[in-house]
Amino acid sequence: MAARIMIAFAARRCLSALPTLLIVITLAFFMMRLAPGGPFDQERALPPEIERNVLAAYNLDQPLWRQYLDYLADLTRGDFGPSFKYRDFTVAELIANGFPASLQIGGLAMLCAIVFGVGLGTVAALHQNSPLDYTVMTFAMTGIAVPNFVMAPLLTLLFGVYLSLLPVAGWGDGAWANKLLPVIALALPQVAYIARLTRGSMIEVLNSNYIRTARAKGLREGLVVTRHAVKGALLPVVSYLGPATAAVATGSVVIETIFDIPGTGRYFVEGALNRDYPLVMGVVVFYAAMIIALNLAVDLLYGLMDPKLRRP
Amino acid sequence: MIRSSPPAVELQHDIKGRSLWQDAVRRLARNRAAVASMIVLAVIALLAVFAPMLSPHPYDEIYWDRIQMPPDFANGHWFGTDSNGRDLFVRTLYGARVSLMVGVLATAVSLVIGVIYGAVAGFVGGRVDDIMMRLVDILYALPFMFFVILLMVMFGRNIFLIFVALGAVEWLTMARIVRGQTLSIKHRPFIEAAHACGVTRTGIIFRHIIPNVLGPVIVYVTLTVPQVIMTESFISFLGLGVQEPLTSWGVLIAEGARLMEAAPWLLVFPATLLALTLFAFNFIGDGLRDALDPKDR
Repeated sequence: MAARIMIAFAARRCLSALPTLLIVITLAFFMMRLAPGGPFDQERALPPEIERNVLAAYNLDQPLWRQYLDYLADLTRGDFGPSFKYRDFTVAELIANGFPASLQIGGLAMLCAIVFGVGLGTVAALHQNSPLDYTVMTFAMTGIAVPNFVMAPLLTLLFGVYLSLLPVAGWGDGAWANKLLPVIALALPQVAYIARLTRGSMIEVLNSNYIRTARAKGLREGLVVTRHAVKGALLPVVSYLGPATAAVATGSVVIETIFDIPGTGRYFVEGALNRDYPLVMGVVVFYAAMIIALNLAVDLLYGLMDPKLRRP
Repeated sequence: MIRSSPPAVELQHDIKGRSLWQDAVRRLARNRAAVASMIVLAVIALLAVFAPMLSPHPYDEIYWDRIQMPPDFANGHWFGTDSNGRDLFVRTLYGARVSLMVGVLATAVSLVIGVIYGAVAGFVGGRVDDIMMRLVDILYALPFMFFVILLMVMFGRNIFLIFVALGAVEWLTMARIVRGQTLSIKHRPFIEAAHACGVTRTGIIFRHIIPNVLGPVIVYVTLTVPQVIMTESFISFLGLGVQEPLTSWGVLIAEGARLMEAAPWLLVFPATLLALTLFAFNFIGDGLRDALDPKDR
């Protein structure tokens, strides 16, 4: 019975994810096409017949709705089209080339955010109003108030330039030393948010009746926290993971640029500036699909954890 | 229409409102971090407003003989000069103008949209509410930063567009908060009293619902402003924000980051000011939340 309700819940969520993705694709597509300026506008105008041929080669001479439908049809086959700027690559290849680096940086950042965020928040909640609590919360406030594009250069200045401990930028084929600073810069704001969320909900949960019961029956404090409090306290954190993923994905655009990491994110700004329509579309669709899929996963996880949500 | 509300009802809500606010102000005044933050913000705002009078140098004047000079009090370049030989102090303050203005205006846009949307959804309820909030849910799932960036790239670096784009992004949470609050008060006796007195639905929403949900809204506003400032800086940092010779903190930080090995002051001063501002708004927001939350006492 419970399983059936859960499956229905999952199916409903999955169905609502598709229209969202379609909206993303539609919005991005028409926003780009309606903007002034095209990919082949140059200082010197091309001769009209050549321009016609170039446009025809990329199907840009078709009516807009036709291009849109074609693009959707291509997408369902996993074809993101060719890049206008990098003539030798398809968009799918560019994304596939960059993704391993992006995934490592983003995944590690999310992992750090959850582990350190929950850890610090729990420690702060267990020692409420102690110096330890204040230290953690000051740290969290710093993480929230200092944006990652400020933190990244400051960290580089400190560890890369003055102390010469870590490389300033570059990927170094994925060496740990090269990953450290970008991951820290990307994770810090999320560590901070999650720490604050965890602290708040943990304090609330620790004051609730079922925790009093657990304590009253003589359970050790450590077990009270790990066995009973954590699950309830983590609900807000789980629901924040969706926005956190989006923030990390967006942040990676700038972090990859600052640290010169060969990831997918940097193609976005670059492509947008060059009016490389398929590349920008590809990156937006790819990231949106990923964010929506992770949101979905988070929703399901939330549904598993919070039975109140499983109403049919 | 709004004027038709009888004075007795209005008076009652006025008195109730004030005592709550007085209480909140008293609590806020005891919160040292919040008070210090307000002073810091006031100083930054004043500096930004009076920027042209505070320095002997105009913000766009290029001094060819003083390119990328470190801070020097003798010639009035308190923060040094940038790689184009312009005074960094004045440019940082002009950046403050842009950042604060964007922060306040975009938040105002989000405030107007979010409060009205949320109040209407919550008050009308039923199917209208379902549809309106489902729309918010869908918009919530969109990776909005990408759209803001796209908008900036495609339609040019228009500062007006930044307000609208950021305001249009930030209203979603506001609408959710206001709706929740509206639901919690719409069956309270004073709303029924207003109904009984013949106040129209529009009148009730604007006269009675909105003033009474302002507490959480104000808290969220103070937390939205830094978020908007941060987003604007982020966009400027990518080189998509305001255009030269005007500047914003994001632009200055981007240049500072590029030249930090040779000229660290170019990064440190704008970054510090941005961080200070963001800290201040966050502390005030936290302070307000504590001050307005009776549960916390």
